[in-house]
Amino acid sequence: MIAIEEFIEGVEGEFEDIDTGKLRPDSVIRDHFTWDSINALIFIAHVNVEYDVVISADDLINSHTIQNLYDLVTTKANAA
Amino acid sequence: MAIFSIPDISIAGLAAAVPRKQLSNRDYELLSEKEQEFFIKTVGVETRHTADKGMTTSDLCEAAAKSLLDGLGWKAEDLELLIFVSQSRDYIIPATSGILQDKLDLPKSCVALDISLGCSGYVYGLSVMGRMMTGGAIKKGLLMVGDVSTHTTSYKDKSTYPLFGDAGTVTALEYKPGSKEMSFNLQTDGSGYEAIIIPDGGIRNLATVESFEYEKISEGIERNKYHIALDGMEVFNFSLREVAPNIRALCEYAETPLEYIDYFVMHQANKIMNESIRKKLKINAEKYPYSIVEFGNTSSASIPLTIVTELAEIVRDKELKMLFSGFGVGLSWGSVILETGNIVCPELIEL
Repeated sequence: MIAIEEFIEGVEGEFEDIDTGKLRPDSVIRDHFTWDSINALIFIAHVNVEYDVVISADDLINSHTIQNLYDLVTTKANAA
Repeated sequence: MAIFSIPDISIAGLAAAVPRKQLSNRDYELLSEKEQEFFIKTVGVETRHTADKGMTTSDLCEAAAKSLLDGLGWKAEDLELLIFVSQSRDYIIPATSGILQDKLDLPKSCVALDISLGCSGYVYGLSVMGRMMTGGAIKKGLLMVGDVSTHTTSYKDKSTYPLFGDAGTVTALEYKPGSKEMSFNLQTDGSGYEAIIIPDGGIRNLATVESFEYEKISEGIERNKYHIALDGMEVFNFSLREVAPNIRALCEYAETPLEYIDYFVMHQANKIMNESIRKKLKINAEKYPYSIVEFGNTSSASIPLTIVTELAEIVRDKELKMLFSGFGVGLSWGSVILETGNIVCPELIEL
């Protein structure tokens, strides 16, 4: 699994509304974008393609910070 | 595993028809201008061709079939098999295939049957047609595949209304000894049957007055029980999980590495999903055509419609190794690897 900095770069690359370099591990997700259905699909697709993990909508809703998201993805990737 | 090959059957021709009426998602009032642009850019659907009330899938398939039979120079009396794959049939009973047999003046010796499948239906239809024709007892047949989904989507449901379009297609198959095998990998998981469903109007939930009462499911999603309900997240995760392994297993069985395939024609689900599958399989974008931009998700018609609208010239002139993959409602999914050569492919018909 990759470092959180790389993970953040990947997320910033997927969402055009987020300026590069703006996200930190402790950034609160809802301050930057909302989990509407399309954003959720884009994120789920991104981590599936990049890290081969499947996450659910509930997983996303329960993640508050970028660190939470990173932990979620790394836990699933390590369990696979 | 339902992974198998069918010899001696080839595609002679392919045609498609769509309704003339074309709606733009830029006119869809439930989305703001910003949301419209975001939807078009990410999900991929800019416009959709939609049937007026009274126009059915079989009308579109019939128009496509007349054009194709004309192009092929085939006589109606030579046809011995007609399969209609759709989830938008003319009537609850009888089967639509019989109505088409009559409208096209096919002989009474013709086998006609319906198959109720959606997104995976084209691939499944090819496998059933191929199996019935292999051995040569039946030499010519028509596979008629399509859906009019827009009559059963709610305008007030932004998860379905801007996504679906209507189309009818026909594929002419013939028994031709020596044709390269078609190889299939077909799969099913009925535990996910509720992921895409019209709950009322069948025998489980007979239509009542309440079936037509609108219910607010969440912000931007209002529908009744005679409308399509789509659990986008469920379908999305299913497709991410199942489609790439299905294709990899098929390629291994058919001893055909992915890079040997000229075109991958996928069910046009939505662009986020289809692009994810493409990236997982590391397929070159030029080999992966889309019709979703102009036509939306056309359910069972999407694979043949994409060939007619995006690859017509190439399939007319060249010999190609193709992979088709359909996945969705059921949940049902399947892929086929086959070879095509000099297919008769008339221009898209607008009805």
